Parts: sequence; C-alpha cells; structure tokens
Amino acid sequence: MNKTLNQKAWFFVIPVLVLVAFNAIVPLMTVVNYSVQETFGNNQFFWSGLTWFQEILRSERFHASLQRQLIFTGSILAIEVPLGVMIALAMPRKGFWVSVCLVLMAMPLLIPWNVVGAMWNIFALPNIGLMGKMLNDWGFDYNYTRQVGDAWFTLILMDVWHWTSLVVLLAYAGLVSIPDAYYQAAKIDGASRWAVFRYIQLPKMKRVLTIAILLRFMDSFNIYTEPVVLTGGGPGNSTTLLSIDLVKIALGQFDLGPAAAMSLIYFLIILLLSWIFYTVMTRNEDQ
Amino acid sequence: MAKITLSKLKHSYLPDPVSPDDWALKELNLEWQDGGAYALLGPSGCGKTTLLNIISGLLKPSHGKVLFGTDDVTDLPPEKRHIAQVFQFPVVYDTMTVFDNLAFPLRNRGVAESKVRPRVEQIAGMTDLTDMLNTRASGLTADGKQKISLGRGLVREDVNAILFDEPLTVIDPHLKFQLRSKLKELHHRVPKTMIYVTHDQTEALTFADTVVVMNMGEVVQTGTPEELFENPQHTFVGHFIGSPGMNVIPCSVENGHVVVDGVIFRTQNDVPQGNPKGTFEIGIRPEFLKIADIGVPATVNSVADAGRFRIAEVTCLGHSLKLLVPEDQEIPADGVVLDFDPNWTRLYRNGWLTGGKD
Repeated sequence: MNKTLNQKAWFFVIPVLVLVAFNAIVPLMTVVNYSVQETFGNNQFFWSGLTWFQEILRSERFHASLQRQLIFTGSILAIEVPLGVMIALAMPRKGFWVSVCLVLMAMPLLIPWNVVGAMWNIFALPNIGLMGKMLNDWGFDYNYTRQVGDAWFTLILMDVWHWTSLVVLLAYAGLVSIPDAYYQAAKIDGASRWAVFRYIQLPKMKRVLTIAILLRFMDSFNIYTEPVVLTGGGPGNSTTLLSIDLVKIALGQFDLGPAAAMSLIYFLIILLLSWIFYTVMTRNEDQ
Repeated sequence: MAKITLSKLKHSYLPDPVSPDDWALKELNLEWQDGGAYALLGPSGCGKTTLLNIISGLLKPSHGKVLFGTDDVTDLPPEKRHIAQVFQFPVVYDTMTVFDNLAFPLRNRGVAESKVRPRVEQIAGMTDLTDMLNTRASGLTADGKQKISLGRGLVREDVNAILFDEPLTVIDPHLKFQLRSKLKELHHRVPKTMIYVTHDQTEALTFADTVVVMNMGEVVQTGTPEELFENPQHTFVGHFIGSPGMNVIPCSVENGHVVVDGVIFRTQNDVPQGNPKGTFEIGIRPEFLKIADIGVPATVNSVADAGRFRIAEVTCLGHSLKLLVPEDQEIPADGVVLDFDPNWTRLYRNGWLTGGKD
C-alpha cells in the first residue's frame, strides 16, 4: 500500500511542542545546566562534568534520605492500598448512604496539604493536642517532636488519613462497574466470599488499582509540605525525606550544582520505579 | 433431577404492593417436567427474568412456593439448589484459563482434583472447548465465553435444571444459529430440564418443546409451538407469535352473532348468547385469510415480497389486515374478496379466547 506523504502535518504538532518545551524541557534543561557546573559566586560558572553526580551517588546523606523515602513510601503503600480496598468493599452499592460515604471519603482530599500538616501538628502535640494528650493520658510515652518512632508513626498516620480516600474512591469505582451477573454466577457456582474477591472483584479492580498505586507512589515519593509542617524533618534528620533534603541543599545551603544533580537523580528514580510498577502490574494484560 | 413446581407464586419488588401494576409477577402456577426443554417468551419487562431468578434462587418470591420434586426450596440459596444459570452477558472469570473456569463450580464444592479433570474434559468436548482449555478465558470471543458459561452449568452432575437468560443477545447473528443448534443437541445428550428465556420467537419456538408466553407479569399461555400458533388463547399470543402476527379486528356480539360493521362472521369457538358486555375482537392469522370468490370485499394497499409468498396489506371493513398470498396467485389491484375461514377465525373477549379463561 502506498502511503501519501504529507510533511505539512508536522505543523500541527508545533503548538504541543512549544507548550511542552516551555513547561518541561526548558526548566529541566536549566537544572541539567546547573548540574554539570561549579560556581564560586559572582554568577561565574565553570564546567565540572559529572562530579556532582558522583558526589551525590556516593554521599551517605543522600543514601540515608533515599532509604527513609523508600521506607516511607513502602509503608504507606502497604497500608493504604489494602485498607482502601477493604473500605471500598465495605461501602454500600445502592441507596442514600452511597453519597454520604462518598462525600465523607472525599473530604480529606479537599484539604490543602499545608493545612493537613498544621492540623496534625496541633492534633498530635503531646501537651495540648487531642491525640497527643490522650495517648499520654493513657500511659503511652508519646512525643513526636522528640522520639523518632513517634514522629514516624504520626507521619504515616497523617498520610494514611489524608490519602487512603483516593484508593477507596478508585477501588469503589472499579467495584461498582462489575455487573450483577458476575455475583449471581459466582453464587450459583458456589464461590466463597474469598473466591468472589480473588476471581471477580480483584481482577476487575486491577486497572484502577494500578492507577491508584502509581499515583500514591509518585505523590508519596514527592511529598514535601506535610512532613515539613508536621516535623520539619526532625527529630534530627529522622524524617528528612528526599524532597526535604533537596530543599535544604538547594535553598538552605544554596549548593546549586549538587542540588541540581540530586534533582535529576531523584527524577530518574521516580521514572524508573514508576516504569517498573507499571510494567509489573500490566504484564498479563490482554489487548 | 426433579420436577419443578411453582405454586401460587407472586412477586413484587415493592415492599407494599397495592395496585396490580405493582406486581412484577402476578399469581401463577406452573410445572416444569424433568428433562423438558422450555422457553419463557415475552417482551422486555414482562417478568420472565424475574421468574427465572426465582427458580434459580437469586430472588426470593414475595408469595408462593418453589418446589423441586417434593422439596420446598423457596428459602434455599442458589448454591444449594443444584441449578445452573447462563446469563445475558457472558460471565467468565477473566484471570483463569478455560479449564479453571469449567472446574470452578466443582472445586468450590470440594470435588477431588482427580475427578475434576475427566469431567472438565468431557464437558469441554461437548461444548467444543477442548482446543482452548489452556488459554485464558478473557481472550475468547463472546460465543466462546458463552460456551464457558454453559459448560460451567453442565459440569456439575447434580444439576436439576439449566436456566438461560437471553443467552444469545450478544452473539453475532451468524453464530446464533450454531450455538442454538448446539444447545438443542446438548439437550438431547444431557437430558436435563432447560428453561430458556427470550423475547425472540424464533429462538423460543426452535429450542423448546413447551413455550410459556408471558405478558405484563402473567402467564398468558403455555403450549407447544403448534398450539401457540394454531390456537392462541389471547390476542397477545396471536400478535406476538407469528410473522406477521394475527389480525385482530374489533367487533361486537349482537343476539349471539359476531358482527363487524354490519357483517356477520362465523367463528371456530362458541359465541356468548344475547348481547354480552365486554370488548370483543376477532382474530385470524394472515396464513388463513384467503382471497376467494365470495366473502368480504377489501382494497389492496400494498404487497411485499417475502420470498416463498407475498404479504398483502388490505383494508377490509375499515380495518387494516395482512394476509399471505402464494407466489402464483394473482392479486387484483382494484380490490379483492376475502374468505374468513370459520375454522381459523376466533372470538376474543377482553383479549382472552371466549369459552376459555375470561
């Protein structure tokens, strides 16, 4: 078959190209620019090749914050995804309570991130906060500003409170799209509750769960505002996640070169992990 | 295996049914003989799926009983009833292979794996799925998936009846015929009661030995395809079955005679004496309305060729009628004379055949 060649079509791509260039490629290139140069002030820059990248990759500080980041993201995924699915399964399918549940679920998602941080900061204060005071009254030695374990507990609890709803809503959307006939057929086939979940509900939720996991992974890997407002990265550096560390280097110490190199490595890690997640979760998919 | 009896069955989806329209299913008594091939035929919304779900146990009737043999199963859940159901949209377990799909009902009931394999292979052979046993069920076409649904119904040996809920709706037209013949063949090989719900008269009449016609939540007539065609108990049956449907002409009964616009008609069934009240109609199938030398004059509006015969649309005594005319017969354009064969002309009162149910 002969294809008609028409190079004029390229003109239609230009607007998109310009848009993408200005909102992604150009800013990214300035970062790339910083990452390969050294400066001693006075706006004078010198070529430094891959020195910054090597330095970051070898830096123990980077390793430590990357490790904290992986633990944080791993924990919240391990809690939010099963919990979200469980809540979605328990939600009603029909009637008045559907809207009530949906609105309740959507509520945390509507609150700005820094407000969430501030809320939990006060809520968990050991001397006056509702949760902090109560835990101490019950005999727990709870102080998230001083004890590492408590800080992590509060941080993860806050994220679970804020974002489990997203998983719930997506999982629920997947669940309600299952036709009744599937449940009826399963009943007739004598399937147990677990078999219904394993062979009907889970497969039908797979696509939305893939999206939920990817979104939660990327968002939690980028998280900045909430932990900064809650713990400020402390006590010590114990809750300094990657983005907090990056901001400390870039804006606190004004080390543009290492910060730029770190940004790019950070970006590549997210890209790589997202790709792995996506590939693993969709590997068995049919067209 | 057992006879299925529905006794004084009634169902409403509303908690407090008041008017007759509140009932999805009006009171009915039906018996399904063991091993029979039945069809439940009726237009959308007539209650046939409701009835099917009551038999399978997915729905509990508001009144009445469901008996399998002599056991009252009204309160039993579907998995305890030994019933299989094939749905309108094919239900397969996407993540499983065809084999696992067919084995699913057996494994759920704790059948030993050594017995599962031969049984699944046997059923796969019957439903032409042998080649696909190891492929994933989600990759199959609609008719393949429907065969899996059917296979899952057949695989259990203790099944009392297999219920079909418009199973050919999503199947391509050229495959419908194949799958229908397959069903018919399977019914001969596996003599289980099969109940087939459809709104398509061809499907119902070709599949079933006994057809139950439903309309507006009630059973209008139960009979063999021939009975439904030759002796419709209700104008609805006459109209719904047959293509084109039965001609229905409003009439009146005066002094024991059936009269349309001053012309007296003779009917096959008895005419009530005197001047009874009610809405009367006469019905005659287009197949039995003939062009003759003596009879009632009519004007021809249109003639459509339907292959082996032609369908003429005529106006007779102010009513539009259809009749089938053999290929070789002339249709005079200026007007015809129609013979209403008294053996095939019937009187209906309020929709029902007079002399029968009123």
